[in-house]
Order: sequence, then C-alpha cells, then structure tokens
Amino acid sequence: MADSTTGVAEGPGAAEGPGGRAADRSGVVFAERPGLVEGVRAYGLIVMMWLRSTMAYRASFVMTAFGNFAATAFDFVAILLMFSHVDELGGYTLPEVALLYGVSGTAFGLADLVLGSMDRLGQRVRDGTLDTLLVRPVPVLAQVAADRFALRRLGRVLQGVLVLGYALVTLDIAWTPLKVAMVPMMLLSGAAIFGALFVAGGAFQFVAQDAAQVQNSFTYGGNTLLQYPPSVFAKDLVRGVTFVVPLAFANWLPALYVLGREYPLGLPDWVAFLPPVVAALCWLLAGLAWRSGLRAYRSTGS
Amino acid sequence: MDLDSDVRTDVETTTGFIELDNVEKVFDVRRRTGFMRGERRRVRAVDSISFRVARGEMVGYIGPNGAGKSTTIKMLTGILTPSGGRLRVAGIDPSRERTRLAHRIGVVFGQRTTLWWDLPLRDSYRLMHRMYRIPDARYRENLDRCVELLDLGELLDVPVRQLSLGQRMRGDIAAALLHDPEVLYLDEPTIGLDVVSKSRVRGFLRDLNAERGTTVLLTTHDLTDIEQLCKRVMVIDHGRLMYDGALAGLHEVGESERMLVVDLERQLPPIRLESEPSVRTVKVEGPRQWLAFPASESAAPLVARIAAEYPLVDLSVREPDIEAVIAKMYESAGGM
Repeated sequence: MADSTTGVAEGPGAAEGPGGRAADRSGVVFAERPGLVEGVRAYGLIVMMWLRSTMAYRASFVMTAFGNFAATAFDFVAILLMFSHVDELGGYTLPEVALLYGVSGTAFGLADLVLGSMDRLGQRVRDGTLDTLLVRPVPVLAQVAADRFALRRLGRVLQGVLVLGYALVTLDIAWTPLKVAMVPMMLLSGAAIFGALFVAGGAFQFVAQDAAQVQNSFTYGGNTLLQYPPSVFAKDLVRGVTFVVPLAFANWLPALYVLGREYPLGLPDWVAFLPPVVAALCWLLAGLAWRSGLRAYRSTGS
Repeated sequence: MDLDSDVRTDVETTTGFIELDNVEKVFDVRRRTGFMRGERRRVRAVDSISFRVARGEMVGYIGPNGAGKSTTIKMLTGILTPSGGRLRVAGIDPSRERTRLAHRIGVVFGQRTTLWWDLPLRDSYRLMHRMYRIPDARYRENLDRCVELLDLGELLDVPVRQLSLGQRMRGDIAAALLHDPEVLYLDEPTIGLDVVSKSRVRGFLRDLNAERGTTVLLTTHDLTDIEQLCKRVMVIDHGRLMYDGALAGLHEVGESERMLVVDLERQLPPIRLESEPSVRTVKVEGPRQWLAFPASESAAPLVARIAAEYPLVDLSVREPDIEAVIAKMYESAGGM
C-alpha cells in the first residue's frame, strides 16, 4: 500500500496534478518556451523599461551621451596628434589606422551598448541581489545584461562610425565586392567576439566577485589595442590576441585583407574570412562558462 | 517506530504541496588563514530536513541567525541546488525547473528588494506584468487590490530607492503577488519595520491566506509574527528541524516562560503568591522584581493578585524570545 502511493506521488501524473489546478485558478497556461527566445524577449522588455526611464530625462541623456562620445573621441585625437609629427605609424598611414580604429571602436561600442552591464555581476553576487533575479521566470543572463541599459553608450558607437566613415572615404584602395562585404562582416563578428568576452567575463565573476577590472582589461583594453596596427606590438602579444583571446579576428585580420597588407605571424590569407566562425566559437565557450558559473553559484550561494 | 514514521511519510507525500525529504545543503567554506593559504571546512547549513506543507497552510519557519532558514527558502525557490534529499514544490523540482516554478511562487526577501532600485514602483510592476505574462485584466485587478490594501497609491510614482523600509516592503509584497502565486515565501518580512508597518503587513498576509488560500511560508525573528499569523511553526537550529507543530505546543515543549517585571514602592522580600504556585521570583534588585510564569498562562490574574497584596507602582510583561525558547528546548531534551 505504502509502495503504491509512493509510486503515484512520484509519477508524472501526480506532479502535474497541482499544476493543472493552478492553471485553472489563474486562467493562464504556461507553455514551455525555448530559453533563447525567452531570454531575448526578457532582454527587450527590460531594455524598454530603462529606455522609457532614460527618456524621462532627455537633457540628461543628451549630456551623458555627448560625454561618452567626447571621452572616447579623445583616443582618436591622440592618434591624430601622433600623425601630426609622423607620416606613418608602424608602416600604416592615417586612413589605414582610422579603418582599424573605426572597426574596433564601432564593434566594441555595439557590444558595450548591448552587454556592457555584465561587469556588475560580481557586485550583485557580493550584495546578494543576484538571488532576486533567480526567482524570476526568465533567464538570468538576459536580466543581468539588460540591467541599467545605458543608451548613452551610443556615444561610443557614433564616434567609431564617424572615424570608420572617414577611413572609408579617404582610403585609396581598389574596392572589390568581397572587400565591401568584409566591412559589415567585420563589424558584426567583432561585436560578437567582444560580446562573448563580456559574457565570459561575467561568468568569471561568479567565481571571483571582484574581477570586474580583469574583465575590463580584456574588453576595454582589447579595444584600445586593436585601434593600433599589429606591427607596433611585440610578436608574443599579437600571438596572444590571435590564438588565446582571439581579438585579432575582430578587426586586424579582416581589415588587413581589405587593406591588402601582409599578415602578422605569417598567417594564410583565408584567416580573413574566419571571424564569423571564431565569433560563434567564442559564444559557445562563453555560454558554457556562463552555465558553469551559474551552476557553481547555485551550489555555493556565494 | 522507524517503520511507523516511514509509512506516515508515504501517505503525506500525496497531500503535501511543499515536500522535503531528508533535504541537505552542505557548503564548503574556505577561510583565509594567510596569504594564498586557506583551510576548507564543510558546513551543514541544512541537515536532513523533512516536512510537508499542505496547500493553503500558513507556516512560520523560525530559528536563530545562521540556523539554515534562508538556505531552506533558497532551495525551495530554486536559487540553490540541494546537496541531497528530495524536494518538491507544487510537484516541481525547484532546482531543475527554476523558471517554470517561478510562475507559481512569490518571494519576498526582507533584506533586499526584488524591485528595480532606480525606477518608480509603477515601472517595476509594469515590467512584472510583461515578464510573467499576466493577462491584462488579472494584472489590473491584482494591482488595484494590492494598491488599496497595502496603501500604495501615493507611492507608485516614487523611485524605489526613495521609499522607507516599510513602504518598500509593502511594494515588494505587492510585486510578489501580481502573478497570483500559489505559494508565497517571505524571508524576514517585518525586519526593521515600525509597529504600524508591521501590523499592516501582518493584516494583509492574514487576509491573503484566508481569502485566496495562498500557501505562506515565512521566516522571522519576531515571535509576534508567528503568534498573529501562523497556527503551525517549525523551529530550525544548526540546520536541523527541532520542532514542528502548533505554536502553543512550542511553548510547552520549550517550557517557555514570560517575565513579569514589577516595580514596588520600596524594597521588599521576594514576592510569594500562595494562589499562583507556577510563578517564581527569579531576581530582586531594589524595589524591582522579576517573576517568571508559564507563557501559556494569562498575566491578568497574576497582576491582579500582586496589585492586591503588594504596593505596586509599575509593571511590564516580557515575551519569551526565540533564542530563549530554543535554549529551553535544548535543556529539556538533554542537549539534542
């Protein structure tokens, strides 16, 4: 007798019994939905809420966006100053460096706009507010990424786009359809690679809660690195950002193809077309890291 | 005896809405002892806890700091994965189907808000509406009801960070109820609240449970919460369930006593009352005397007798606190 009741209780029928009643009571049936779709939807909902609240203070938004634009534009001003003394930087002309800068700045800006809030995860783990995200019916990653969505980060994107535009207008190269197609491909893949770095950095903060600066050194630091031609850096550093943290695929390799330049490290020509593949791989790894980070958090609670 | 309790568990499995069977949570705590050196220690935050809560019950879950209350709540909500045992809420395994369960539970953390700190209350609610896919009519109905009963009308457009603790708590409770959860977990819902806020929150929870049949599990430090809300109380200490039953029974088990503090006109020998044998005078300090009496008895006849026989100036009654009750339980069990 006791055995049979146990069997029933643990069967799927018993498990769904209360669920059916609940659905009747609230008049809602909760269908299972794929995590990715739910995540994107939740991200959109939260971002819309922050946008509404940002737009309630338009003047403040314009000021902070301009500040963001100006602060990031100083990087390019520094490059302009260098070129007022020299004609070439590591063998590259100003329009060529502007292409590298514009692609990296735009791609990074996009990733920063969409996922820049990831560096607050460690803080949330420390003060325990991550728990409040875990009791909601949507993926945690979407909630963390969308938290305090800051439209002012568009300032950085705009700045990157302007420099990129300048480069495309002034570059003296023979454009082929393939080279033209390279430009949007670089931007999207680059944004995806930087985005994966933001997610992986967030995952790392589950383990080391004060690692936000480590993450920043890869994301912001990586962006600054990519704004200069690879020829000005030591070989080992170039090797590192090609094979370890594959930032070189965000702009260097595809941009060198567009410019018709020699590849660093004697890499073959076809690596210029790898960025989408590299981006997909980065996301796969970042996703796995996120998953195991969240699992570790849920087993230790700290 | 063993067999007996096994059978009982099996029967209750079919009726329990919240079910825990030998649930454990073990943490590896690393303590830093020097630069790059540390020692590992295993801590059993929850140690083989089993209980059942039926649909519509309102249960108090109490214990001192670090007893394992919050850890239990975190496992029941799916935040933490249990290290062992079986756990079900509404037939769902919380740690495996966290997001599915989220639609059916409401959670209020007393110490931290689930609302968006920088945004007005109204924005948080609007987002919950979409996030939980609450049908429009039901959302409006639930929101109106909460706004009325929790008196939130004036607060809806105020950013959460500007709310007082009591206001924020009311806002949080409303947020947890918009999607009609079947279970409401409250982790220290009255901590830090003033008397008025406390009684408003308690009144609201009582009505919620009575009218909607929402199952409520609340952890608290404050025995008054339990007295006013819960017929059933569970006491946890060092990760173990020490008591599960009626509140009155807890006073018996713990042989807990209330304290009557009386100020007399002058210093007198310890008060002795022939008619009240269960009363003991435990301390005398000048004109002030402390009398212990069983918590289950009324203080009124005792006060009347003292007033009749002694020159009484002032008095106060002190309720037993949870720590004292638990200490008593240890004593009577001979150190479980």
